[in-house]
Amino acid sequence: MTAATDHDVILKLEDVSKVYSGTVAVKRANFEVRKGAVNVLVGENGAGKSTLMKIIAGVEQPTLGRILLDGEEVSFSSSGDAVNRGIGMVFQELNLFGNLSVAENIFATREITNRFGKIDSREQERRAAEFLERLQAGIRPDMLVEDLRIGQQQLVEIAKAVSLDARILIMDEPTSALSAAEVEILFKVIADLKARGVAIVYISHRLEELIRIGDTITVLRDGRITGQEKMKNVDTQWIVRQMIGSDAKDFAKADGHVPGEEIFRAEDICLPRVTGGLAVDHVSLSLRAGEILGIYGLMGAGRSELFDCIMGRHGHATGAIFIAGKKVRERDTARRIRRGLALIPEDRQREGLVSILSVASNLTLASLSRFVRLFHISGAKENQAVKQMVRELAIKVADPAQEVSSLSGGNQQKVVIGKALLTGPKVLLMDEPSRGIDVGAKADVFRTMRKLSRDGLGILFATSDLDEVMALSDRIAVMSNGKLTGMFDRAEATEAALVAASALGHGPVPHAESHAHD
Amino acid sequence: MTDIPAKASVASASNGSVLLTLMKARTFIALIAVLIFFSIAAPNFLSAANLILMSKHVALNAFLAMGMTFVIITGGIDLSVGSIVGLCGMVAGYLVLNGIDLQVGYTIYFNVFEIALITLAVGILIGAVNGLLITRLNVAPFIATLGVLYVARGLALLSSDGRTFPNLVGKPDLGTTGFGFLGAGRLLGLPVSIWILVVVALGAAYLAKYTPLGRHIFAVGGNERAARISGVRVNMVKMFVYMFSGFCAAVVGLIISSELMASHPATGESFELNAIAAAVLGGTSMSGGRGTIGGTIVGAFVIGILSDGLVMMGVSSFWQMVIKGLVIIVAVVVDQAQRRLQSRVTLMQMAKAG
Repeated sequence: MTAATDHDVILKLEDVSKVYSGTVAVKRANFEVRKGAVNVLVGENGAGKSTLMKIIAGVEQPTLGRILLDGEEVSFSSSGDAVNRGIGMVFQELNLFGNLSVAENIFATREITNRFGKIDSREQERRAAEFLERLQAGIRPDMLVEDLRIGQQQLVEIAKAVSLDARILIMDEPTSALSAAEVEILFKVIADLKARGVAIVYISHRLEELIRIGDTITVLRDGRITGQEKMKNVDTQWIVRQMIGSDAKDFAKADGHVPGEEIFRAEDICLPRVTGGLAVDHVSLSLRAGEILGIYGLMGAGRSELFDCIMGRHGHATGAIFIAGKKVRERDTARRIRRGLALIPEDRQREGLVSILSVASNLTLASLSRFVRLFHISGAKENQAVKQMVRELAIKVADPAQEVSSLSGGNQQKVVIGKALLTGPKVLLMDEPSRGIDVGAKADVFRTMRKLSRDGLGILFATSDLDEVMALSDRIAVMSNGKLTGMFDRAEATEAALVAASALGHGPVPHAESHAHD
Repeated sequence: MTDIPAKASVASASNGSVLLTLMKARTFIALIAVLIFFSIAAPNFLSAANLILMSKHVALNAFLAMGMTFVIITGGIDLSVGSIVGLCGMVAGYLVLNGIDLQVGYTIYFNVFEIALITLAVGILIGAVNGLLITRLNVAPFIATLGVLYVARGLALLSSDGRTFPNLVGKPDLGTTGFGFLGAGRLLGLPVSIWILVVVALGAAYLAKYTPLGRHIFAVGGNERAARISGVRVNMVKMFVYMFSGFCAAVVGLIISSELMASHPATGESFELNAIAAAVLGGTSMSGGRGTIGGTIVGAFVIGILSDGLVMMGVSSFWQMVIKGLVIIVAVVVDQAQRRLQSRVTLMQMAKAG
């Protein structure tokens, strides 16, 4: 690249390496950030993207190499240093205080005070409201962060970063929990920042997104930069090739097996919302053995809540569910699992895994009774099941006794899936099964879904990714604002029809509502 | 005892893992250190009589600490155990002396075995009250058990108007003799209380390691939401740990009353703190999810030997408190250092594995 003469380069990393006790996370990386542009960074999980960004944001210090800001060498000893030099970051893990209000979070560590040092809450909330207004998120500044859904929390995180008035803004997977409508708003905000000369570093796994908004793209693989190009010169194939070294098929192919009898039916499921109205609004659907039914919908459409109702996580939900024609009278999760239902929750860390337990213990947690004689867990039987799952799902782990938190996101997700499969389910509920995992692991997960459906499982999976739902589903249900607003066969489904249906729940004017509760 | 996984020794080529292995065995090393120290510093320390006497002291705390360990692993705390000890002692004493007056001219007297069962049931029942407050009424464990601490202590005092039930020898014609067996009896040369400790400890360790309930206790402490979604009956698990803690406290109440052949309503005051100390010393994490019965027993022995040894050396009880406090603090500091080292070693292993 002709970087040396480029005035637009605001930040430059030269030959930067970062070594963690024995692990080389980044190897001799050269990376340039241009102002007034979206600088995209992609790579599989563990490729070193986050480390590279943490170096720029001052959270980590490079082991070797130089950082040049405006042509002069700098070294940040803390993220505070970087913020002072105009570098802000939206972290992938949400760094918010759940027990504080949105405004307090946005102004954390730089509270607005009056002369006597008292925090001026009203001024904070007024300023916070301005930033939130730009994100059109329907979030009030005085709400507690813990009362917000993950997607909304992500928007707060973004508002916080935008409020820094940074010259360089790093966004690490900002859209992973956002709905399509919210992504659009975020892109508008990004375009606005770009126009004001802000340099944006954008990390995401969603390739179509990158191609749309990126100006330049840098690909990382195993800590090395394997490609750097102008976005207009590249396509998806190129990116994937740089990322994993060869062209990859994203989705496993359908194999054309015919679904069997009805295995699961939900009738008239309703779940009242705390704030009034219904989070799940009279939803009925049925699923056949060996069928994959995709539930498409935006964030807050009620997909996760529907799954929660089916699993018996809400005592006050109404409606009936049937497995293989028989009514499920059990109301608690434990006994519904025994009836053949299993859930792979959306939030791996909070609901999927017990992170301090081993991979093996996590895998067998839901199915321990299978390995028990009288009251004794048979170690041999358990090990055998663990080994089998590790092999079948291609979980990359040296020793199943390792803590599950030491695995990469994709492998953790496979552990959650393995845990569900070991219960011997008839119906599998998967909530955003590909969220936050890399291309390779995604392909594994999709292949597993195909295989399971061939084995006669009924799979209900919720996603807000259009490509995914189109490629994987035998039938597609669309939810919007708690209602079931569409049901399509794969043959007749079009992206336009799905998007249209996903806005129907909000009344006669489609796409006017950007968020679910109004 | 302190549960050193095999994988640590596999990678012991590097210094980090050797140090890590030492740190994991720290409570055990501390135990050996205090044993060696006092056998040199205190005359008669290693005599059989003294060792048995010390074990009897340690056993009391070890019972409570085991119950506490399970509670803490689920992410809770049980402050009421000391009061349960007191109340259960009073229940046993009352039954030996007075039986139950049926108000119609008859009084039922129970034999010692029945009295022991009733007392244990009372302990379990109070534990169940703790559990119900925490699971059904969503009271924070600290507050729920603090309330029960006061209630149980008050009931103990009320039962005798604050007086001691003395002289629990019982009457042969009523069949209430033999209460002293638990505290003073011996089997194969060892005190009965030690045998009970061995049985309960083995049972608890087995439960923790080889039963679904044990695994569920750890899962609840590690991530309650994930446990619930995985079909773990979280409320049942919590009920169990508080009831087990109540059971352990009742055992201690019985043993103390039996040793003294008397029940005093203030028995067991501040025992809960010793129990927590032993659990923490043995590697139980106050944030839940981590801990072993073996570690806790070793922790109880370290604390018990330390205080008995210091007494034998004639160290003032004020200094004993200072020393005990320092030992607990050092234990937790080392625990944190081990966590950090452990994560580094894990990183290195991952790097080697590719």
